[in-house]
Amino acid sequence: MATLTFHLPRISRFFRFAPPRFQSPFIASLRSDCRLVRKQTFLRWTPFRTLNTVASSNRQNHVEVVEERYDVIVVGGGHAGCEAALASARLGAKTLLLTLNIDRIAWQPCNPAVGGPAKSQLVHEVDALGGEIGKMADRCYLQKRVLNLSRGPAVQALRAQTDKREYAMEMRRVVESTPNLSIREAMVTEILVGKNDNVEGVRTFFGVNFYAPSVILTTGTFMSGKIWVGRVSMPAGRAGESASHGLTEHLQHLGFETDRLKTGTPARVDNRSIDFSGLEPQHGDEEIVRFHDKDSHQIFLEPEGRNVPEIYVQGFSTGLPERLQLALLRTLPGLENCSMLRPAYAVEYDFLPAYQCARSLMTKKIEGLFFSGQINGTTGYEEAAAQGLISGINAARHSCGKCLIVLERESSYIGTLIDDLVTKDLREPYRMLTSRSEHRLLLRSDNADSRLTPLGREIGLIDDRRWKLYQDKQAKISEEKKRLKAVRVSGEEIVADVTLLSGQPVRDFATLESLLKKPHIQYDILDKHGFGNKLLNRMEKQCVEIDIKYEGFILRQQSQLQQIVRQQYRPLPEDLDYYSMATLSLEAREKLSKVRPQTIGQASRVGGVSPADINALLIFLEANRRKQQERTRHTITTSVIDDANEQVPDVATMQTTNS
Amino acid sequence: MAIFHRLHHLFTFYSKTKTFTLHHLSNPRKISPFYSHTPKPKTLTLKSNLSQQDKTLIPLKDERLDSPFAQEDKTLIPLKDERLGSNPNCELVEGSSTIAAIVTSLGGRSGAVGIVRLSGPSAVEIAGRVFRPAKKKKKNTSSFLWKPKSHYVEYGVVSDLEGNVVDEVLAIPMLAPRSYTREDVVELQSHGSDVCLHRVLRACLEAGARLAEPGEFTLRAFLNGRLDLSQAENVGKLISAKSVAAADAALAGIQACFSALVKSVREQCIELLAEIEARLDFDDEMPHLDLHMVMDKIQAMWQDVQQALDTANYDKLLQSGLQIAIVGRPNVGKSSLLNAWSKSDRAIVTEIAGTTRDVVEASVTVHGIPVTLLDTAGIRETDDVVEKIGVQRSEAAAMGADVIIMAVSASDGWTTDDTKLLERIQINQISTGAVTPVILVINKIDCVLSASIELPETNGITFTKHVLTCAVTGQGILELEAAILEIMGLDQIPVGGRRWTVNQRQCEQLLRTKEALSRLKASIEEELPLDFWTIELREAALALGQISGVDVSEEVLSNIFAKFCIGK
Repeated sequence: MATLTFHLPRISRFFRFAPPRFQSPFIASLRSDCRLVRKQTFLRWTPFRTLNTVASSNRQNHVEVVEERYDVIVVGGGHAGCEAALASARLGAKTLLLTLNIDRIAWQPCNPAVGGPAKSQLVHEVDALGGEIGKMADRCYLQKRVLNLSRGPAVQALRAQTDKREYAMEMRRVVESTPNLSIREAMVTEILVGKNDNVEGVRTFFGVNFYAPSVILTTGTFMSGKIWVGRVSMPAGRAGESASHGLTEHLQHLGFETDRLKTGTPARVDNRSIDFSGLEPQHGDEEIVRFHDKDSHQIFLEPEGRNVPEIYVQGFSTGLPERLQLALLRTLPGLENCSMLRPAYAVEYDFLPAYQCARSLMTKKIEGLFFSGQINGTTGYEEAAAQGLISGINAARHSCGKCLIVLERESSYIGTLIDDLVTKDLREPYRMLTSRSEHRLLLRSDNADSRLTPLGREIGLIDDRRWKLYQDKQAKISEEKKRLKAVRVSGEEIVADVTLLSGQPVRDFATLESLLKKPHIQYDILDKHGFGNKLLNRMEKQCVEIDIKYEGFILRQQSQLQQIVRQQYRPLPEDLDYYSMATLSLEAREKLSKVRPQTIGQASRVGGVSPADINALLIFLEANRRKQQERTRHTITTSVIDDANEQVPDVATMQTTNS
Repeated sequence: MAIFHRLHHLFTFYSKTKTFTLHHLSNPRKISPFYSHTPKPKTLTLKSNLSQQDKTLIPLKDERLDSPFAQEDKTLIPLKDERLGSNPNCELVEGSSTIAAIVTSLGGRSGAVGIVRLSGPSAVEIAGRVFRPAKKKKKNTSSFLWKPKSHYVEYGVVSDLEGNVVDEVLAIPMLAPRSYTREDVVELQSHGSDVCLHRVLRACLEAGARLAEPGEFTLRAFLNGRLDLSQAENVGKLISAKSVAAADAALAGIQACFSALVKSVREQCIELLAEIEARLDFDDEMPHLDLHMVMDKIQAMWQDVQQALDTANYDKLLQSGLQIAIVGRPNVGKSSLLNAWSKSDRAIVTEIAGTTRDVVEASVTVHGIPVTLLDTAGIRETDDVVEKIGVQRSEAAAMGADVIIMAVSASDGWTTDDTKLLERIQINQISTGAVTPVILVINKIDCVLSASIELPETNGITFTKHVLTCAVTGQGILELEAAILEIMGLDQIPVGGRRWTVNQRQCEQLLRTKEALSRLKASIEEELPLDFWTIELREAALALGQISGVDVSEEVLSNIFAKFCIGK
């Protein structure tokens, strides 16, 4: 009887989260095809009760090893790991989050901020898909600022200064209160691989196995991590936290290529030792202070939290020995007498060049194994969260046999990020930049929801309440655009104002839309003269304004996109033998064989592949397609002729061989 | 206990296979341990693993934009079909067969020598089957293996499969990659008659070659990277060129002169794009963008593109030629002008007014451009039935011409009949909506002392140019030609300078480039943020990329396949 004990942990979790009927509402509501899982769980639950008493009576002299089974295991509790675990659990997958230290969940070891140029687009997109990072930033921010306001709607970005401790605590609260999600402290050293090169689970340092058909690795800077101050180093994932050892070797053993990356974080100083009088404050809700010097670069002093004296010296990353760091800090105006709380340090860690992943973030080698975050060579919380969300969604889908989701490069910054990672064979930490997206005017923060929330809904991460809010917002925006097209003004005060501000004449009976299209005219002019719509909030007005004001540019970029997209999305067969293509350059044959891109567009972004190579590929594909067509036609012809006449097929065959 | 053990075994097995069961249900290709205990080969597993991925590709979709594009997007990739359709056994199609064709002209007056060309991996082998070098007189033909030295001419005979000598030929082997197609090429020079050429070709086809599709040699040159797309397109033109200048222009195209310009402008666009995009992310760390420099660069690019467009016009004229109608009152010397210009006696010239009754054509070449001169009946009110028809034809010719030359007589001066005639031209132009340039030719200047004429007061139409001529001496003809060139915008084209040709496809993309650059200038002047500039620069780069084939669009690709029919 005791042999059934391995169900114990699972059932205990059910008691904790599930309603009395022992059915997870998430599974029930979201996955009709998972009925089997529920049934089994229920079946297994019944004998357990008997077992419980038997086990506790300890009638037999041994205890069976507990075998813990999940749908998804997430290794690492950073920004990628949390996002992945939450997405997976919210999709109804039984998820286990393994972390080295539960107290350091979603820690911000570097800059205490979320967003900024290009990164804020990522945050908006993750949010639009039903991720957490945006909500977290909203809950824990000290100050918010819109950057690059004058540089166009595609470049402007929101940046939130966050309270580091609050952020970690809040995320921990969210993770701990999410149904289907368990947390455990553990150091994973091995991936359990099945016979079909599929993942079966993980093994920890202390010899415990956890089983799941999907495993996500988000090891951050911890895999064989080593921190450096000056020339002195020690093994650590972050200052004061031990590194994880053994996993790298194991992954290498499985055939993965690993490499080293290095990144760093600046010193923290005590705010009580700073003389703020000579510094220029940058206002938000709280003080952020900076000093501006045209000849050198800017350094920002940023608070790490409401109740801590720590100040993050942004722009002051250094690899100098600790004794020199303070001296250097004190050369900065305002910091003449500062005291240093933590020295700047660099961290070196193992990563897996991400060409080894498909765009679903599943590894190409091992089915069910996903990589996310810094392990893929990125840097930044936002980049990590974006990958975490995608791998979380896909791991959950994989665990119940659904097809995986891939965001095309042109669809989003998330898509751009992942596409860059898996095609470019990067050897430097990758951070999101505005210019990395070729069609950024279409991929703005303000339309992240209209681009991705329907998808989030389809996937199952957008609940009814959120969906309704989204639909209402879209309806309001579209109504307002209609209204602006219809309402005309003539000879009123607003006309004079617009003429003055834009320096352009206004036609008689001009529509409000046409006013908004003029240079330097924003929606607030309409508000000012009573032509605004009070039902709309600031953000909705901004959406309306951008849609109208930049319509021409947006349409143009769309047609550019349309022009390339057909070509770019052409799939490449997986078993393409690049080495046999004489028309490809040698380098292209090598690189394409390594990266194995899934589409022509991806192939064109692989380093070392020239436009001529792409032409050759396109022509190869097209020729193949036509040849295939021809063959089919021949087969049909042959069979038709076959039926009619017995002598003709010989001729048909001959023609085939000749052609 | 034994029973229990068995039960336990079953149960563990069942629970362990839970996930597999699910996979199995949703994905029939998945291997289920229920059905097979032997592990499948690795490649198979990998395949099923990958093919499971990416069924849902998410392209751009913006609910706020109600463009049909967003809708259409989702259906872009019929991924499943494509996957099922991909055949791993498909070998390289292009270059796999050896093609043959007569590459010299057929059907006309036959030349002394004609050429049959073979290209492909077994070109030498096939040529070896039909060609016997004269120096090696071996009897056992079956064991003979031709091993030619590349680029060495050999003399011998071509015989058919039965061994009958077809013709004596020169064989020129050009082994890969030093050949037009970068494949092994053998050219057989036979006698030039159609019969000889066809017999040689038939021998080659019987020996295993396939008849080349039109343009297939050039296609292979393109596929093998010897020519870029615009060069390949120019080959076709060179072959069909009607005049020396057209041939020169096509050749210049092949020699990549036009390609070089397009490439250079495109590179400038991309350079500028990089410069600007870097500032989107690293503005603080970069030197200030010099607006004047940027504007100068854009202006320079714009001019290059404009110049290329100008040559497009020239190219069109090279291909189609110009029609010039000479009109005027009777007896002002129109026919004399035509004769003097074409250096012929094409038109009958008499003192009698109304000698020319029908439209008379003569061909001349102006600056390399084929020009058809149309001498017309003098336009006047007449009762003569024949002459009446002639006048109607004159007017029709004038309406269809690219340039109208209106001739007047210096001895008569401007007459009211001239005014009437001009008005008729004007009415015709208004009714057709065409604006044909009109050159005033004042003929017979030898008949007056001072070569000046009172120009008419015309309402509306003005002469684009006026030229003084004397048809009898040929004086003024050169000036007339210069005037025509100027009107057609061809005076900018230097005789020995850039003379590439631009086809319709290239012309469209050049226009697109020009428009993008114009908008870019406007954006900068309107002080729009940097980011908007990049949209226009990208547009320009895209358009230019289409010309050189750097970015092969769907349209271009299908064009290639339509033209060259590969894959068969």
